[in-house]
Amino acid sequence: MSNLEVLASAPILVVQLVVNGILVGAIFALVAYGMALVWGVMNIINVAQGELVMVGGYAVFYLDRAGVHPWLGIPIAAVAMYVFGLLLYRGVIRRLVDRDMFVSILATFGISILLQQLANQLFGADIRTLSTNLPSLSFAEGHVSIASIRIVAFAAAVLVGVALVVFLHRSRMGRAIRATAQNARAARVLGIDTDSVYATTFALNCAICGAAGGIVAMTWFVQPYLGLTYTLRSFMIVIAAGLGNLPGVIVAGSGLGVLEEFAGFVLGAEYQTAFIFIVLVALLVGRNLVLARQRKYLA
Amino acid sequence: MLLIAIALLGIAAPFVLPTVVTQLAFLWLMILFAVTWDVNGGQMGYNSFGNVLFFGIGVYACALVQRDSGLGYYAALFVGTGAGALCAAIAALVLGPPLLGIRGHYFAIATLGLSIAAADIASAWEYIGAASGIAMPVYPGAIGGRARFFYFLLFALAAVTWLAARALYRTRLGLAMNAIRDNEDKAEAMGVHTTRSKVFAWTVAAFFLGAAGGPVGNLVGFVDPRDLAFAGATFGVWMVLMAVLGGRGTLWGPVIGAVIFHVTQELFWTYLLGWQRVAMGLLIVVIVVFFPSGILGWASRLRRHGDAASATSA
Amino acid sequence: MEYAEQLANADARLRAGSVPTTERTHADQATTLLEVRGVCKRFGGVVANNDVSLDVAAGRITGLIGPNGSGKTTLFNAIAGQYPIDAGSIRFDGREISRLRTAPIARLGIIRTFQQTRVYRAMTCMQNMQISVAQGGETLATMLRRPAPATTERSLGLLEFTGLHAKRFVPAGELSFGQQKLLEFAMALMSEPRLLLLDEPTAGINPVLINGLVDRLRRANADLGITLFVIEHNMRVIMNLASHIYCMAHGEMLAQGAPGAIRNDPRVIDAYLGGR
Repeated sequence: MSNLEVLASAPILVVQLVVNGILVGAIFALVAYGMALVWGVMNIINVAQGELVMVGGYAVFYLDRAGVHPWLGIPIAAVAMYVFGLLLYRGVIRRLVDRDMFVSILATFGISILLQQLANQLFGADIRTLSTNLPSLSFAEGHVSIASIRIVAFAAAVLVGVALVVFLHRSRMGRAIRATAQNARAARVLGIDTDSVYATTFALNCAICGAAGGIVAMTWFVQPYLGLTYTLRSFMIVIAAGLGNLPGVIVAGSGLGVLEEFAGFVLGAEYQTAFIFIVLVALLVGRNLVLARQRKYLA
Repeated sequence: MLLIAIALLGIAAPFVLPTVVTQLAFLWLMILFAVTWDVNGGQMGYNSFGNVLFFGIGVYACALVQRDSGLGYYAALFVGTGAGALCAAIAALVLGPPLLGIRGHYFAIATLGLSIAAADIASAWEYIGAASGIAMPVYPGAIGGRARFFYFLLFALAAVTWLAARALYRTRLGLAMNAIRDNEDKAEAMGVHTTRSKVFAWTVAAFFLGAAGGPVGNLVGFVDPRDLAFAGATFGVWMVLMAVLGGRGTLWGPVIGAVIFHVTQELFWTYLLGWQRVAMGLLIVVIVVFFPSGILGWASRLRRHGDAASATSA
Repeated sequence: MEYAEQLANADARLRAGSVPTTERTHADQATTLLEVRGVCKRFGGVVANNDVSLDVAAGRITGLIGPNGSGKTTLFNAIAGQYPIDAGSIRFDGREISRLRTAPIARLGIIRTFQQTRVYRAMTCMQNMQISVAQGGETLATMLRRPAPATTERSLGLLEFTGLHAKRFVPAGELSFGQQKLLEFAMALMSEPRLLLLDEPTAGINPVLINGLVDRLRRANADLGITLFVIEHNMRVIMNLASHIYCMAHGEMLAQGAPGAIRNDPRVIDAYLGGR
């Protein structure tokens, strides 16, 4: 019988899929929030977002190979990615800030290809996994099984997210970032050094992606081409939730995670990503149609 | 005149440089890619990152005709090329109204998503070969003749595409496209039929992209969903880049951009094998960051500085 | 009458010293071209238009004044179909247009200019004019032809009329602000509108050049029969130009009447001086 029928006949499977979806959704939400930060503060859509996640994943993978446990590796990777982000900002991103969005999309697309191919050349195209021998937790008489590593991943993502929110709301730089996001010119007039705000924001985003990538590598796997999917997922979540809407990002992230789990189960893994992208297109078209009744459009 | 010179060069090239006929054939493909992208991109302001969707549709349509129709080689190729163009055009007519209602970067990302979805679906769909793709029938002519045959086919297609674009830009529709690019709200406020114009322009681009699919599939000999037909990270983004490199919104910009890009790419392949994609990524960033208005834009700015300088010194 | 002839005749009359004014021979029972009744529009918590009603008489010049934020541009945008209205009706030539979008409304003959002046910046002035020809009759087939010779001729005529002939091959983005405003006006005339909504046509214009612009507005109305509905802040201009003036304040219609009456209306004076 088809997978859909399996689902209908064994509702407990729904619980499994939903739980898995929410667990992975936290990571999607984290990466999406990073993208939303860069977008909201600097008006740049970072098409290389997923590749930054991938790089973070490889960093943690090779640290693990070198004997550094992921729980230490992830913070190290995050810091390394922060520095990388600063360099990338000084080198390229800084020149994209006041330009057409098309330019930033194309440029970051170039960066994504660069990182992707670099990874392919340096690390090979094979899928890499970290072996963490954590047990699987079992519920509902064995019908629902959750790998505890996924719960760890979820907790880690939440931790990073909370740290981020605290930083943005309590620290001086965090407030400067939020001010610049609202009105860059006003922020400048008030004496905020927008250039360093931009640098910090971008570097922060890279650190977020690095941490997320490490979590992904630890929990699932890493390969050079996992980037674009993450980028488009982030984009979808940001579109659905809107910039500056953290609860929305969390909900959308979870929703997307759950949707993917169902799609993967019902349609099969090969069609899973195609399904997501079609949902993205449908989301954009739908949003636009709704706005069109108000005679507006997505801008 | 310039066009005649190019035509003669194009006809003579495979005989003068017989070892690189395939690469030259791809040069004409790149020119077609850049020109068709510029129709909806540089001329109309709808920067699609998914035009490769139409190319891929053309590739598969032709491959299926050649595989399943039972026609002889040349007949199947002819019908297949036409089918490719037609199917791609229909796709544009169907997808156009919903997608072209989306503006700016949302349109860019939506089209990107669409082309990647197509790659994934094609990789999983058994009927069209899934990830293994489709092997094309063997060329019936002389051994060396295949590359040359498809060279001329692609040359002809690229030429027709460019001429069609040139004709289009001189019409009222060409003006409407530019107006939509410069200020779509103003165009609507002046009563221009924007949806009609946008869909038509995209359909024209799709038509030629679809037509090119069959010949390329045959030239390569093998249809692969991710690396040939719906190659979003290569062909898909190169289309955009070549037009940007040469100068968007101009007649010759995309052509110049395609030539420079393709030659550079071949050089990268020859000298940096393995790392050529990395170099390509780097090149994209350099071009976009430092030459956003392309070579023609940079040249015209130089000329204007020159005029101003000589005017002040005169 | 041939377009160029019309302009030439107007030109001749002008040079002969008889400036056409608006207090002229229109029959007093002028038909109402645009009828706005009870229009309401709010944006979130802000009520931009509250129960606004007015009439624009065909063939005349009607003015719309009011302090900043009184909802004038909102009303223009609503008439032009830029957003749906929350309540009320807008009838053009007897036909309800409040459900239509901008492009169909423009094709019916209502053209508007923008406060921040919108032209097609990368296209030449000539091309700006050519694409501004009335689009109502265009089909896909006609759009695939080159611009008609008559279109080109009219474009040149109107560029002359607005003093932009020398700049016809210059990209519109390179014109000065004042020149862009004139270009936008020429483009509006090009589309042969029945009703022209002008949003602050003299704003930002060098005072020396205002008279010339106002003169052209009068000629467009008098000789080409175009009905004008003008938002203006320059009192001298609007009092001389319009035959009937509406005054808005705080999103509502405050007063209406002939220029002389409006000029002395205490409510209008209050609204501008902030008596409320």
